[in-house]
Amino acid sequence: MTTNCEFTLTELMIVAASEAFRGDGEILASGLGIIPRLGASLAKMTHTPELLMTDSESLLVEEPIPVGPRGDYVPKYSGYMSFERVFECVWGGKRHAMIGPTQIDRFGQTNLSVVGDYDKPKVAMLGVRGLPGNSINHINSLFVPNHNTRAFVAGEVDMVSGVGYNPARWTEDMRQDLMEIRHIVTNLCVMDFGGPDHAIRVRSLHPGVTFEEVQENTGFELLKAPDMGETAHPTAEQLAIIAQLDPHNLRARQLKDNPPGIRAASTEQ
Amino acid sequence: MNKQMTTVEAVAQLRDGMTIGFGGWGPRRKPMAIVREILRSDVKDLTVVAYGGPEVGMLCAAGKVKKLIFGFATLDAIPLEPWFRKVRQAGEIEVMELDEGMFQWGLRAAGMRLPFLPTRCGLATDVTTHNDLHTIKSPYDDGEELLAMPALNLDMAFVHVNKADKLGNTLITGSDPYFDHLVARAAERCIVSAEEVVDKLELDAATARFSTFERYLVQGVIHAPKGAHPTMCAPDYGWDLSHMKRYAASAKEEGGWQVYLDEYVNSGEDAYQAANGGVDAMGKLPLPTF
Repeated sequence: MTTNCEFTLTELMIVAASEAFRGDGEILASGLGIIPRLGASLAKMTHTPELLMTDSESLLVEEPIPVGPRGDYVPKYSGYMSFERVFECVWGGKRHAMIGPTQIDRFGQTNLSVVGDYDKPKVAMLGVRGLPGNSINHINSLFVPNHNTRAFVAGEVDMVSGVGYNPARWTEDMRQDLMEIRHIVTNLCVMDFGGPDHAIRVRSLHPGVTFEEVQENTGFELLKAPDMGETAHPTAEQLAIIAQLDPHNLRARQLKDNPPGIRAASTEQ
Repeated sequence: MNKQMTTVEAVAQLRDGMTIGFGGWGPRRKPMAIVREILRSDVKDLTVVAYGGPEVGMLCAAGKVKKLIFGFATLDAIPLEPWFRKVRQAGEIEVMELDEGMFQWGLRAAGMRLPFLPTRCGLATDVTTHNDLHTIKSPYDDGEELLAMPALNLDMAFVHVNKADKLGNTLITGSDPYFDHLVARAAERCIVSAEEVVDKLELDAATARFSTFERYLVQGVIHAPKGAHPTMCAPDYGWDLSHMKRYAASAKEEGGWQVYLDEYVNSGEDAYQAANGGVDAMGKLPLPTF
């Protein structure tokens, strides 16, 4: 894709995040964190208007709410979606959430609980939260703002909070068919689980990033998708919508130093 | 029929080793005036059951928690609950860490007087590795293997509401009632604190819909204005981020918890309010934007 627009890496990632929701239809789209939320909002405002979204509290909206202080903006509500109803939605499988776990392994298993020994952890984080139930019941995508071997770990994650495609964790009488991990969007690339036995593949590399760099920063072996290319650049229309959804430019603070979408040549190895 | 009582009378009902559930969600509508009274008491060895916010961290800091049954602990605006984190990392508490949905299922099972409810949540994760949880096989043709989430039976539940009457009728007027109705149903006894207490609610039909559980579940009613502070109590007031920052900083200071207690807790609720700028200022804390 060609474009004359200047864009940041964050904006490229927002567009990549929005692509994860493409074609989902009438399900609840939940983007947790600024970039995933802007991605879900962009998806609804462009290619997948059927998506349902909330105000991140308890009310449904047909027009995604801009992030940050609202000023004169008055949300227009279309219905009610309390936490209790979100759980009912989850258990019925009518949701696609994009979340940012602390660790991810080659099976797509995720960790939001502890790093290190379970009984006396090096780092205690939030707790498993809704990851076990979300991951086994509906589509999930993963977001990693800092692609490195601490996030993409060798072996299994320290505490499996969200399920993945690890056969050792499933019995034949468990329903594994209700789960799907769609995309992983990072600051280096977009990946999916389209390899043999759901092995993780690189679908696209962000401008200036090499497969080798992604591999070096990943604790397990990656595959290349047959059509692996460059991650799509944001279009002028997408950038305008992103600006409208993020009037305070909170996106500029999501990645260290707010890097440009196309790397300066000097950073190439 | 007058169930009104004080926080002191409510906390006097607690015994060492009890299992206590808290309403609210993270830093949202937590019964903090009651929590502060527990901090002033001698009660210990509690099993605390909560979608955790600062009540979890504070009770952990005070050494009152033997076991924590939880799905998460967070202050939202400060993602990692500071005292929970410190105590958890030191290996000082037992934990039963559950998926948020499993947690809800456990409360529902207790409220329905069932031993367990089946769910897929938790299967194929380490939630089943680290807890004494068992699966069952569907007795029907599908034969599916499901997790049997045990009932989370509570000795006592504490819930903070916007308005109550002396009979134990309650209104939660914030946009989301969270799971307080399930916490109340899961408990042997439930005591509510309320921003406002009247003799008897006399409501129009639309307002009556803000009631989310019945008064036969409620054994005590406490008038506790700003009783959720520093957590938010929509639509009345938002959370107090500066107070939560002060509390979070106490986890990083040598002797910080004792300083926090002396500054805010030990001298009673009136002194607490004065130390936080008074009830008027507390009532004007803006609601957060999500």
